Amino acid sequence: MKSFVLFFSALMVASILSTTTPQNAEAEAFVFTAIPDQNESKLRERFGKVAAYLSKILGVEAKYIPVKSYSAAVTAFRNNQVQLAWFGGLSGVRARLLVDGSQAIAQGEEDPVFETYFIAHSSTGLKASDAFPMDIKGKTFTFGSKGSTSGRLMPEYHIRKQLNAAPDDAFAKVGFSGNHSKTIALVQSGAYQVGAVNFQVWLNEMKAGKIDASKVSVIWKTPAYPDYQWSIRGDVNKQFGEGFSDRVTKALLSMKDPGLLAAFPRKSFIPASNADYQPILDVAKQIKLID
Amino acid sequence: MLRVSGFFVALAFACLFAADISITTLDPWTEMQRMGLGVVTPDFTAVSDIGWVLVRTVAFAFCGVALGAVGGFLLSQLFHYGPVRWACAFVRAIHELFWALIFLQMFGLTPLTGVLAIALPYAGICAKVYAETLEEGDQRAVKILAPGTDILSAFLYARLPGVWVHIRNYTSYRFECGLRSSAVLGFVGLPTLGFYLETAFSEGNYSEAAALMILFYIMIASLRLWMRPKLIGLYAIVAPFFLGGGFSIEMSNIKRFFTIDIVPAPLRGEALDSMNTWSQFADWVWFISVDMAVPGIIATVLLTQIALVGTGVLALLMFPLISKKFFGPVGRSIGHGFLVVVRSTPEFILAYIFLQLWGPSMLPAIVALALHNGAIIGHLMGRFSDEVKLRPDHARGQNLYGFEMLPRIYGQFLAYLFYRWEVIMRETAILGILGIATLGFFIDSALSEIRIDRAMFLIVVTAALNIGIDILSRRIRRHLHLSDEARQLKNPA
Repeated sequence: MKSFVLFFSALMVASILSTTTPQNAEAEAFVFTAIPDQNESKLRERFGKVAAYLSKILGVEAKYIPVKSYSAAVTAFRNNQVQLAWFGGLSGVRARLLVDGSQAIAQGEEDPVFETYFIAHSSTGLKASDAFPMDIKGKTFTFGSKGSTSGRLMPEYHIRKQLNAAPDDAFAKVGFSGNHSKTIALVQSGAYQVGAVNFQVWLNEMKAGKIDASKVSVIWKTPAYPDYQWSIRGDVNKQFGEGFSDRVTKALLSMKDPGLLAAFPRKSFIPASNADYQPILDVAKQIKLID
Repeated sequence: MLRVSGFFVALAFACLFAADISITTLDPWTEMQRMGLGVVTPDFTAVSDIGWVLVRTVAFAFCGVALGAVGGFLLSQLFHYGPVRWACAFVRAIHELFWALIFLQMFGLTPLTGVLAIALPYAGICAKVYAETLEEGDQRAVKILAPGTDILSAFLYARLPGVWVHIRNYTSYRFECGLRSSAVLGFVGLPTLGFYLETAFSEGNYSEAAALMILFYIMIASLRLWMRPKLIGLYAIVAPFFLGGGFSIEMSNIKRFFTIDIVPAPLRGEALDSMNTWSQFADWVWFISVDMAVPGIIATVLLTQIALVGTGVLALLMFPLISKKFFGPVGRSIGHGFLVVVRSTPEFILAYIFLQLWGPSMLPAIVALALHNGAIIGHLMGRFSDEVKLRPDHARGQNLYGFEMLPRIYGQFLAYLFYRWEVIMRETAILGILGIATLGFFIDSALSEIRIDRAMFLIVVTAALNIGIDILSRRIRRHLHLSDEARQLKNPA
């Protein structure tokens, strides 16, 4: 009995100590995250490089933490557990709506004119066309993550507009693969007949030789829309000193190392503002993903 | 008993017609071969710090279960109060993963999220079991106490010692469950085994996944060696320091969760005395009920009923594997090995693996639930069957199974199965996170849209459904006079 009581009092004290003391080293680090839109090993490699770069330029420890879902990235930003994030269009709009004063500060050169590719398994017989492929109606269809811009929001918008039906009604079966790499794998394996994928991920995997062109091909490209961006919380200056937000912006915009940029992959980073993403917010409201 | 069994089997068949159980991947065999190759070529070097991953998994389990057990013990003293009983029923009706998703909103990816996600539902379960154990304990020691003995002494010296062994056994069984829970929490981002397992599986690194799973089995199989009563005090002191780094917790986030996030959107900041507000609220409830709750409940119930009967069938097939009545020592060890692996793998992970193989339908979930729960019940029945005394000239083989054993242990079997019903349903709901359209799917969707109010509404619906099944199962057990026989399931050690 005595050991029982001792044990639990020790446990209480220890758990209170370990969970409520803010870890000083980490409280001071500048932490960022990214939406998990691709394989995690790829993200770790990419953002590990970014963390090293930011640490050097900013003179504070910059740290990347991986998360398992788009909403976890938004929640971490909202709860000030990360101060900076590489968001997609939709996740960025959501995050900035939730955090007063937060700003979109930089985007890839490719991001103002981003596209979604509709891809199909060869057994469907669907061929590439400039017009929306009305024949996808009644097929099985997979989006990417539920919170993705290129894998969910924009494809769903076009599907609703062209097929005049919610995805659940337009297709025999609707799935959410989780990320773009998986969408490609699922359509290539035939698990789904049609899918919607981020065009950058598609081109990248094509270059890496991971796509079997005899099994899966692009059948339609959406009109361009704004997508990824770096967003920063409005209160970072209070936490890290006056002008910190501007310094982060400058560091991102002056990222010139081809190895770093290729990891995204983006040619360069250019300035961004919250207003650039108004079209995304409008579409999200239209299909009721945001109230 | 036969009528009830027949009814449930017929119901499952009916559900099977309504359920989607297709295999959608065109070529599941290639992937299965790659997985098989991974299993025979485990790569223990793939995850850096693999040792730390395991230590963290144990640490989360330990802290969660310990807090849950203490909380449950305290609550068990108040269990005769209705509100305490209802609160316990409510917290245990919600799966650890859902609790984790709730706490993530408040505390973010901090150790506290993981520990509380385990501790809270476990406190609800422990409170009930401890209270029942104490109630059934031998009261003779209490009766002979000198008049005027204070309550605490009476409790510590007369009531507790009699049931202490049961409580200890049950708690150590809970710890094993806690290890599984802790591993699964990695799937939502906590730094336990599941985190790395999810990465390994989704990237097709099956050798790495196999290594992680093998270490997990070894950890569970060797539990008795390192979970010593004398070491528990030491573990309690060090475990919290191995939960991994976290972020500081901000009170404002917790306040926001309670005052804004979970308030239904139509009521947020609106005048509560206006009819308009409430009619909007009614629309909100109607919309969520019709579009999400009802389809979610239907899918959850369908899947649960099929999985329940699947569990029963597999349990009946598997229990002879470890029974002395059917196999010699060699056969039994193989049987034991098989059952340990299957029942140590959390349903969530099994379902995740089958989903990768067969594509999204109800089939992966049915197989996962039936295998895991079938192995658990098979294990309990196998042990139970060893205690059945037979005549020296008893039949062998099929005749022994069909005419001697089955009739004798069938009541026990049904009792186990109905006990498991509610567990299966709780798991079924959670499998929605993987993309099967049960309630968890809609909860995951709501959370991915940062609509915490919707998610909470659906979580409460899920809890209510679970409590309903629990009550129904108790009624059926009482109707079949099974209640007493099922006691052993709660004290399996």
